[in-house]
Amino acid sequence: MLFKYEVEGGNFSKAGFASSEIKKILKQINIDAKIIKRIVVALYEGEVNVVAHATRGTVLADIDDKQIYIRIEDEGPGINDINLAMKEGYSTASEKVREMGFGAGMGLPNIKRNTDWLNLTSNVGEGTVLEMKTFF
Amino acid sequence: MKVCDIVKQLELKVFSGALGVDKEITGGYSSDLLSDVMGNAEEGQVWITLQTHKNIMAVASLKEVAAIILVKNLQPEDDVKSISNDEKIPVLGTTLDAFTLAGKIYAMLNE
Repeated sequence: MLFKYEVEGGNFSKAGFASSEIKKILKQINIDAKIIKRIVVALYEGEVNVVAHATRGTVLADIDDKQIYIRIEDEGPGINDINLAMKEGYSTASEKVREMGFGAGMGLPNIKRNTDWLNLTSNVGEGTVLEMKTFF
Repeated sequence: MKVCDIVKQLELKVFSGALGVDKEITGGYSSDLLSDVMGNAEEGQVWITLQTHKNIMAVASLKEVAAIILVKNLQPEDDVKSISNDEKIPVLGTTLDAFTLAGKIYAMLNE
């Protein structure tokens, strides 16, 4: 099953839409509640990253009987140093984003902890692709 | 202990989500960083925060917290209430600060 969602850069009021939809779908197909939680935590953080940093993005989710594969692709500034971005506490988020309680440098580490496989690639000035898999 | 029990005993204001007050509370989590809550809060906990914007509902709903409690007389933003009602996750309010409120709830849960 393939699902696709658009994510709008800067629009925090819509952050979490894809996560919420995916959660409903996974519940319907009786995936274990603990696994669903891990998936939606990672996906929500991924959505927030697009909203906080990029101009626009898409979430693609591919669900089969063994796993969920999620690909979040954005157009935006990209990530200069991926190793640094993965570090707990490191963030380039704006002051406005931080005031909302985001941008504490916990997003990517949260994603890593809650997925079974993660691949992050980025071209500075073009955008970022985050791929993740979680096994059922 | 249920959400309605702490509402009554701590005289909390129910801003929205009143249909969810019968939910059982398993514990609490106090944080204003949304990623921290996403990473560490558990289902059934009450979430104590000073954040009042719509995204608290996305986090609360994905994590299935029992209720959100806004401290220091803070009011939820308008778009919070409708989601709270739809999701049946109460948004509550108190005049207390987070430290005092957490202490009281901790004591109640460990009586």
